Amino acid sequence: MSRKHCAALAIGLVAIAVLPNFLKSYGVYLMTLFCVYLMATMGLNLTVGYAGQMSLGHAAFFGIGAYHAAILMKLGWPLLAVLPVAAVVCFAVGLAVGFPALRVQHHYLAFATLGFNVLVYLVMRNEQSLTGGTFGISGIPRPSLLGVSFDGNLAFFYLTFVSVLLLGLVLWWLLRSPWGRAFAALRDNPIRAESLGINITAYTLLAFAIGAACAGIGGVYFATLVQFIEPAPFHVASSLTMLLAIIVGGSGRFFGPVLGTVVVVLLPEWLRFMQNWYLAVFGFAVVALMIWLPGGLLSLPERLRRYAK
Amino acid sequence: MGDLIQLIVSGVATGAIYALAALGFTLLWQAAGVINFAQGEFVMLPAFAMLFFGAAGAPLWLAFLLTCAVAMLVLGIGFKRVIVDPLIRHGVIPLVIATLGLSIGLKSVVKATFGAEARPFAGAFPSDQFAIAGVNLSYADVGTLLLAGAIVIGLQAFLNKTITGRAMQAVAQNTESARVLGIDVPRMVLYTFLINALLAVVAALLITPTYLAKFDMGDAIGQKAFFAAIIGGFNQTRGALLGGVLIGVLENLVGYYVSPAYKEGVALMLFLVVILFRPEGLLGKAEERKV
Repeated sequence: MSRKHCAALAIGLVAIAVLPNFLKSYGVYLMTLFCVYLMATMGLNLTVGYAGQMSLGHAAFFGIGAYHAAILMKLGWPLLAVLPVAAVVCFAVGLAVGFPALRVQHHYLAFATLGFNVLVYLVMRNEQSLTGGTFGISGIPRPSLLGVSFDGNLAFFYLTFVSVLLLGLVLWWLLRSPWGRAFAALRDNPIRAESLGINITAYTLLAFAIGAACAGIGGVYFATLVQFIEPAPFHVASSLTMLLAIIVGGSGRFFGPVLGTVVVVLLPEWLRFMQNWYLAVFGFAVVALMIWLPGGLLSLPERLRRYAK
Repeated sequence: MGDLIQLIVSGVATGAIYALAALGFTLLWQAAGVINFAQGEFVMLPAFAMLFFGAAGAPLWLAFLLTCAVAMLVLGIGFKRVIVDPLIRHGVIPLVIATLGLSIGLKSVVKATFGAEARPFAGAFPSDQFAIAGVNLSYADVGTLLLAGAIVIGLQAFLNKTITGRAMQAVAQNTESARVLGIDVPRMVLYTFLINALLAVVAALLITPTYLAKFDMGDAIGQKAFFAAIIGGFNQTRGALLGGVLIGVLENLVGYYVSPAYKEGVALMLFLVVILFRPEGLLGKAEERKV
């Protein structure tokens, strides 16, 4: 990363950190929601962008995390205890779903995760005693850490912001490790990677499960942010939105999910006047993007530079 | 016992409709290497087109024929020219993403223009019931079964018995050799897209009376079509039929004997079991990977 990039990153981070001070409570809520979704989409980028797998069930893991948080935090568990539980559960479930699909072929994971999401949604809607069914679970408390309460919107924003930064750092380190470099080798040429001794199935499965764990962590923050959860945000449609966010931003680029999450979380709010047509435009824009700019929005500068030459 | 037979018959009828959508899906995969995630919307759009022509005063048969023509033009040729042709050389994933975007786009356009409520759709067959040997069957189920069955058998005959059909199969099995043998590959691929569009219209005609015309009706149908295709075997046209019927029947049985709430999860469970024990699908042949 060049010095210019570092400076841009620092300015961006400071801007995000300072901005909510000048926003009304709904604005703060949206910024927090952005950070929450970013945790999930960064995890998904690992699966889609680095391991080259399609997951159409990321919202299911997001939901599993959220329901764990809702149930456990209402029982009085602290946030620091809920997070590892949600992450480990999502990791384990990810292994269980990914294993049969990845044994077979690339696109089978897409179908398996799609079906898995449908199933998880059905459980959330039908197992009333556990999940509250369509009525959901309300009254989820905001967390407190080391005696400091994060009840206020701004305080909770900073907690989420710091958490997403930490998660980002962990993923950054993971991708720079030899272990992470194997991912890229695998995406770029799986057969060559295999001949170099990388166990494709194990690596892809791990990438998928780590992605799932990130979604679970995001889900925990989501539940305590909105304080009321019901099955709707964890529908397959949300999974598709998350996947498309990665692709639109630029899959396999570290900052792809950041831009993509802006497009799917913040942009619809600014474009409220478009109402139902927003999704229509978004859908067709994805098609156009695939035809003209398959690398996503972040590949635009490179593309322009190439044209200029 | 009467219940059981009734459940099986209506399950086979529903399954036959899934099979129609799955068949188009499989054909596209074989001939063009296309995985179409907008397959469900390809069934939803003709349903609305038929409603539109019906509202303009056309009787159902005429609305059906007009829709067939429009579908071949838009969902067949249009889809191929505008989306598949520019994307196919980039590999499977960009095309999958594009069809996902297409699916969201089409659903939202229909929702924004026609609204979110479900519209009734008069079927081709009366929904009355009749009894044979103490078993109640509905004309709609039997009619659906016969029509879908006839189409699947007709399609099989076309693929196996006619020169064009065999040329299409040759393209599906090995594009390179087909080209060397002088088969007009692009034309055969185009035929596949046209057949896929027609199958979607027939599936719409048959399933909309039960599913009702709604912007998101394609979600469930599309998913069942994927699972049916994989369960039966992605590289076998007969597989789509078997997969569709299996899902249709099991869904009915689970819905009745276990829990109606989990009916929608049946296809997934069946899919997971099949890929664990027979990854190439029940009737499929294992494919070798090309380096």
